[in-house]
Amino acid sequence: MSTVRRSLTSVGYAAGLPVLLVLAWALATRGTANLYYPAPSRVLDAFVSTWLAPATLTRDVLPSLGRFGIGVLLAITIGVVAGTAIGATPWLRALLEPMLEFFRAIPPVVLVPVLMLLLGIDDTMRLAVIVSGSVWPVLLNTIEGVRGTDPVLTDTSRSYRVRGALAYRYVVLPAASPQIMAGVRLCLSIGLILMVISEMFAASAGLGYQIVYFQRQYMIPEMWAGILLLGLIGVAVAAVFQLVERRVLHWYHGSREVARA
Amino acid sequence: MPENTPLLSVRDLSKTYQAASGPVEAIGSITFDVRPGELVCIVGPSGCGKTTLLKCLAGLLAPTSGSVTLDGAEVREPPKKMALVFQEYGRSLYPWLTVRDNVALPLKARGVPKAERQALVERAVEEVGLGHAMTTYPWQLSGGMQQRVAIARAVAYQPEILVMDEPFAAVDAQTRADLEDLVRRVWKDLGVTVLFVTHDIDESVYLGERVLVLSSSPTFVQEDLTVDLPAERDQLTTRALPRFTELRTHVYEQIQRAKRGEAVAATP
Ligand SMILES: Nc1ncnc2c1ncn2[C@@H]1O[C@H](COP(=O)(O)OP(=O)(O)O)[C@@H](O)[C@H]1O
Ligand SMILES: [Mg+2]
Repeated sequence: MSTVRRSLTSVGYAAGLPVLLVLAWALATRGTANLYYPAPSRVLDAFVSTWLAPATLTRDVLPSLGRFGIGVLLAITIGVVAGTAIGATPWLRALLEPMLEFFRAIPPVVLVPVLMLLLGIDDTMRLAVIVSGSVWPVLLNTIEGVRGTDPVLTDTSRSYRVRGALAYRYVVLPAASPQIMAGVRLCLSIGLILMVISEMFAASAGLGYQIVYFQRQYMIPEMWAGILLLGLIGVAVAAVFQLVERRVLHWYHGSREVARA
Repeated sequence: MPENTPLLSVRDLSKTYQAASGPVEAIGSITFDVRPGELVCIVGPSGCGKTTLLKCLAGLLAPTSGSVTLDGAEVREPPKKMALVFQEYGRSLYPWLTVRDNVALPLKARGVPKAERQALVERAVEEVGLGHAMTTYPWQLSGGMQQRVAIARAVAYQPEILVMDEPFAAVDAQTRADLEDLVRRVWKDLGVTVLFVTHDIDESVYLGERVLVLSSSPTFVQEDLTVDLPAERDQLTTRALPRFTELRTHVYEQIQRAKRGEAVAATP
């Protein structure tokens, strides 16, 4: 009973502010016909009629999400594989780290025109934009996590001759996983931004393209509805991430709770 | 193997760390032998190089000079026949693995088939009295129980020599007494050779069949002492024996002399 009440309370807290904002927005736009600030009901209509229409879903929304998914999966894989290799090899680390910091410092957006030149304008370029911008936090965090592995644990593994693939799976990856997951969180939000941006240049379909298109056509409710959709995707991605993180790092959160108690 | 050939042989072992602030001579020169089936305690003041010595024995650290031989072969990497229990027991358990998986991982690495592995893990965990805690995580356990898990992991590994680095320095007195008796029991039941490092003089005399007293840094073996106490040890009666008191007084004096720098070579 009390758990039901507690979860209702937390839903109330989570939904409370959005509901209030929409109400305020509805009140502010009541009776006016301002082109740029459509009433929430009009945005909702546009949301259903344009963004949820099968044609838009299959032509714009799903391909965008697909590129986002493949892009961040590639970034995570590359970041973790390269990061564990670099993190475990001191000379490689010393050699590469200054350069990696340099690449990370470059705002990912400027990569778009560069990659357009190098790769042409197609899905490969858009994927490359997502990967090349979102790989850094995973890569650098993995290096940091592997390097920061407790030397007592490393010695334990060495003395029990736990090595190779077994050590990778049961020691190296889990030891770095709290840092890796923090990197993945950043990777997801950068990836989503880059998904949109990569579609704003020289594109003919996609979520980002459609939002810009609606804006240029003064289809303002449709534009706002697209932004709403992006926000919802962001929330959904964060929720899935949180679920996975809870599972992967349950030992980490558990041990920290014990340490604090 | 004949009884009198050593299982472990340490010859003129020295270790100097190259720290950022300059060289640190942790071990001057250490020589000793351990025969199969012995229970040897190494006692010495904090910072005298006990952990350094064990890391060299375990193939985790290359000595600056000298050699370590186990079962006739020079130790250059962690040997198959040795299990180590670390001083920082809490940090030596994998926090993402349950008790069962912590104990099983080294066996998996050795390629022990699953059924046999499970049997070994279960027996070892029962042996240390943690049969009920198989599926808990190390951080859910008290310090003493974590140390039991580390011991179970070493026992399940079926080593010829079990090496323990101040394993009970950080647990409370009662737990410590229980764990000391556990070590004696494991030694007897399994017939394994045990090398037990401690800075606690009483502990070294109570546990050991033989005590090696180390000098302070740069370290050598100050004394090699046979403990002629009855084989059946008991926390109350053994510690109350006049011979126990004599031995611990003797070890204490040796350590005091070592601290004053009255270096004497090891006398058998
Ligand atoms: N990695 C290291 N680098 C430099 N000096 C070290 C290192 N490890 C230990 N020492 C020094 O070597 C000496 C012996 O240390 P240690 O073997 O840990 O002693 P014990 O285990 O007997 O307390 C100490 O003076 C310590 O400061
Ligand atoms: Mg030590």
